[in-house]
This record gives sequence, C-alpha cells and structure tokens, in this order.
Amino acid sequence: MVTGLAKTRVTGLVMGDFVMPSLGADMEEGTFIEWLVSPGDTIKRGDVIAVVETPKSAVEVECFEDGTVGELLAHEGDVVPVGGVLAHLTPAEAAIPEEAAAVVAAAAPAVAEAARVAAPAAVAAPAAVAVAAIPPEVEAAPVTPAEAATRHLPPVSPVLRHRAHELGIDLATIVGTGRHGAVTRADLEHAAAARAATAATATVGAPTRPTLPSPTVRQRISPYARRLAADLGTRLDGIHGTGSGGAVTAADVRRAAESAAPPPPAAKPQRADADSMRQSIAALMTVSNREIPHYYLSATVDLTAALSWVRARNRELPVEQRLVPSALLLLAAARSARQVPELNGHWVEGRFRPSDDVDLGLILSLRRGGLLVPAIPRADTLSVTDMMAAMRELTMRARAGRLRGSDLAQPSITVSNLGDQGVESVLGVIYPPQVALVGFGAVSERPWAVDGLLGVRPLVTTTLAGDHRASDGAVGARFLKHLDRLLQKPEEL
Amino acid sequence: MTPDEARTLLEQSLRVVVPDADLTGLGGETDIRERFELDSLDFVEIVERLSQGAGFRIEEDEDLRTIDAIVGLLSRGTPHPV
Repeated sequence: MVTGLAKTRVTGLVMGDFVMPSLGADMEEGTFIEWLVSPGDTIKRGDVIAVVETPKSAVEVECFEDGTVGELLAHEGDVVPVGGVLAHLTPAEAAIPEEAAAVVAAAAPAVAEAARVAAPAAVAAPAAVAVAAIPPEVEAAPVTPAEAATRHLPPVSPVLRHRAHELGIDLATIVGTGRHGAVTRADLEHAAAARAATAATATVGAPTRPTLPSPTVRQRISPYARRLAADLGTRLDGIHGTGSGGAVTAADVRRAAESAAPPPPAAKPQRADADSMRQSIAALMTVSNREIPHYYLSATVDLTAALSWVRARNRELPVEQRLVPSALLLLAAARSARQVPELNGHWVEGRFRPSDDVDLGLILSLRRGGLLVPAIPRADTLSVTDMMAAMRELTMRARAGRLRGSDLAQPSITVSNLGDQGVESVLGVIYPPQVALVGFGAVSERPWAVDGLLGVRPLVTTTLAGDHRASDGAVGARFLKHLDRLLQKPEEL
Repeated sequence: MTPDEARTLLEQSLRVVVPDADLTGLGGETDIRERFELDSLDFVEIVERLSQGAGFRIEEDEDLRTIDAIVGLLSRGTPHPV
C-alpha cells in the first residue's frame, strides 16, 4: 500500500511527516492540490487527507497511522518531489513535548527546502523515503548558469523546465502562482494557452512575440479549480473569484457550473492531461517491448457453470450488490496467481522477486482516452462480492479522475479485460517490472464439444503473457489450468 | 411513472457514468449500450439507479437494450416493490 507517510527521526524524537508519495515507478514529483484536513484534526490510518496531482490523475492520498495533523507545509500548486514533506503529523502513540516539537517544526522547513532544491538524484528515491535522511547541510545539486541567474526565484522542477522548452516558453516571463511565486504546471499551460489564443487572433504581420497576460489583469485560478472547470466543462472567464486576491476557487467553479446551461461538448480542454498520460504509457510500453521477452499462451474456458452461478446469485442479491461475470474472472485470476507464485511479482535487478501479496492490477480505459492501472490489494483474499465492490469503486474513482494513493500501488500481476469491447482474445504487453499479464476476451456462445457431443456454450478465451526471463511456458500453462478449474466451481471461489 | 419521467430518469442515470449523456433526438430503437459505449460495470451502475428511481427491483434478465424497452419497463411498473 502506498501512503504518504514516512517516519522521520529528528534529534532523537520520533515524529511523522506526511510526504509526497511515489504513485508509480516513473513519478518524480507531484503537484499539491488541496488539504482535506486542518491543523489539529485527529486522523486515523487510511483517512484520505490530501489530494495531489500526477500526470495521470488527481490522487487522494491516505495517511499511514493514527495521529494529529500539525503544520501544513504544502500549498495549492506547489510542485513537490517524491519524499518531500507536505505536513507534520503527531503520531497518536508519541506525544511530543511542546518545546521539542517547536525545534522540530523549525528544522523541518529547511529539510523540506533541501529536498525541494535537491535535483532528480534525490527525487528518484523510492516511496516514503524519510526526508530527514538528507543531512541538513546537504549540497544542492549542481546549478547551471541559467539557474544561477534566476536563483532568487523558487526553483523550477526539471519536468516543468522540459515542458516549458517543449512549449517554447521562457520561464522567466511567467508569473508564478505557486508558493513564493513558484511557477506551477498550471501557470505554464496557462501561458501556453494564452499565447496560442493570442497567436490565433493576431493580425497578419503583427509581431509573433508571445504576449502574456499582465499580472495585474490576469485572472488568478487555483490549479484544482482549473482542473474542476475542465472536468465540468465550465468556462473560467467571467467567473467571479471569491478566494484570496480574487482568485477563482473550486467552490466558485462549482457554483458557476450549477448555474450554467450544459456546455457544448467541445469545451473540454483535456489535451495536456491526455498528452502526458499518452507519454507515460508510451515510455512504459517501450521499455516492456524492448526488455521483456514475452511468451503467449491461450486457453478457451467454458463458462456455463460460472454464468449460471452468477445469474442465480443475482436473483437473490439486492440490485446494488449484483455481480458481473468479470468479478468472477478477476477473482479466479487472483487466486491462480496465488497458486502459481512464479508469475506474481517483479523482475528487479536481473532477478525475479516474488510478491507476498497478490495485488491485482486492473487496466481501466478512460472515456477521454488513455488508461489507468489501479491495483486491488490482496485480491486473492476477497470474496466475490468484495471483488465486485472493489471493481466498481475503482472504476468510479478512476473515471472521476480521483484515485486514491493506495489504488496506485504497484500491482504484482495485471489483468486486461477487453471482453466488453468484443475482442476474442488479448495478447497483452506486460507492465514492467511485473512478469505476467492475464487477458480475458469476450464471453460468447460458440460450438463446443461436450462429452462427445457438439453443444453451444458460453466460452471465453483466457490468455497469459509471460516474461520468459522469469518463467517458462509450462508455468504459464499451469496458471491457465488453475484458472479454468476455478471457473468450473464458482461456488468455491 | 409517465414515459417522459422514465426517459428523464434514464438520462439522469446515464449521466452518472457518461457525464454528457443526452437523449435528445435519439430514437426509441437506440441501443443504449452501443450508443454510449457502456461496459457491463457501467450497466450495473445504471440499472441500480433506475431501480432506485423507479422504486422497484429490476431483474437482470429484463430486456433493457433499447430506450423504448427501458421506458416501457419503468412506466409499466411492477407488482414487486424493492
């Protein structure tokens, strides 16, 4: 489970820092969106306390233990490296004397700042790294001349610098709305959009120099409000801001959306999100295809028993707990992964590391394009009803663009279910560093030999893409055989 | 429930899954799964809301393919309350 909490040992005290979690192997930093708690609030392990944004999705981040919220360090729009401190928490079991707490509070921002300045080497550290591990006198990463010239400004992350370069925008011309005037991703995209709009209306022969909105005239909009507006299809111009300095807040956007007529379908500027998601998928799949020697197996499974069991259950269950056959398929896949541990785990540093739990990745395609692969933790231990509930909740959260941190934990094996799209079989691409991907095609009635006679049966083609470095075809075959056996006795699942 | 109310309920239920779903101008023969690219999870979500809105249990094997079939079922009602 990924959480945003690292235990930090400072001057002999134990206190909890709530840090930017790693929400994917490729994540180096995240944009802080909002707090769902206030200082002094009592929180329980698993409570969602903050929202951060990654290129793929806004993510609700849970805390890892019981305690009390202390100082909130991160502000809306801050770009914080993985492991960077977002807030101080006082764990329930460790009441800190007030004097000592003050010392910690004074020391911590410096540490956070060090983490902020330290460049990718430190940033690429694994999830939940204790930030205090960076000594306070840490050397800042080498500074390029260009950076040195603008050193009085808050640092801009390498990712944003790269993006600015792609967009052809000089960062020095952007007025930052982040903490201490830091330039946020939203600022950058806004500047790009403003330039595009200006370019579109510019008369022929007019200077093509980007004209940026002046800071005094420019509408201030929180990144979360901007995102919400995009989701709701609400136009931001004309909204009266009620936030500090007249900034447009999420509440303003909601009000405007409620009073406005349904927007034209074209008013959905999701490009930036869709682009960065495309880029992540491209990068990951390229690595997979380059590094993983895939082998593929497939088997046809008769679902007569499984489907009639689902139908019978659904006649008894309340409408809101009704099952879909996919719940059974996913559960059978998770249980089979438990039986064949050679396929459940990760290929790291040249060898296979089996996973203790079966955290089942589920590929969800999004209506606006792209996909997310959230995980169902310990999926093999669930009942069919729990699996169904987990699938529904995950799908709703993914489509609403609000996954939780724990949803984005690294799965140990992933399922691609394209049955509803009508495909016959899925020959999948493994998500590195995982070593297997299970595919389900459409359930369809086809001729099938049963006891020497030809019958018409609901059939599904199950497939397995395996990493040949970690396992051989015989192991994969054992997995598919287990899967078939489980689906013949659904009542035992 | 009148057919108009049933159509409104269907549209509202669809919007939970497809936020910009709009039934305006769609014929009664329209297959809603196909039209709105619904998968089986989406469909369960929608049927649950139809059932809540209508106040009776909708069985899984009811024909819910087209707009006409759904509006017909909702406006006919059923003797079995939830």
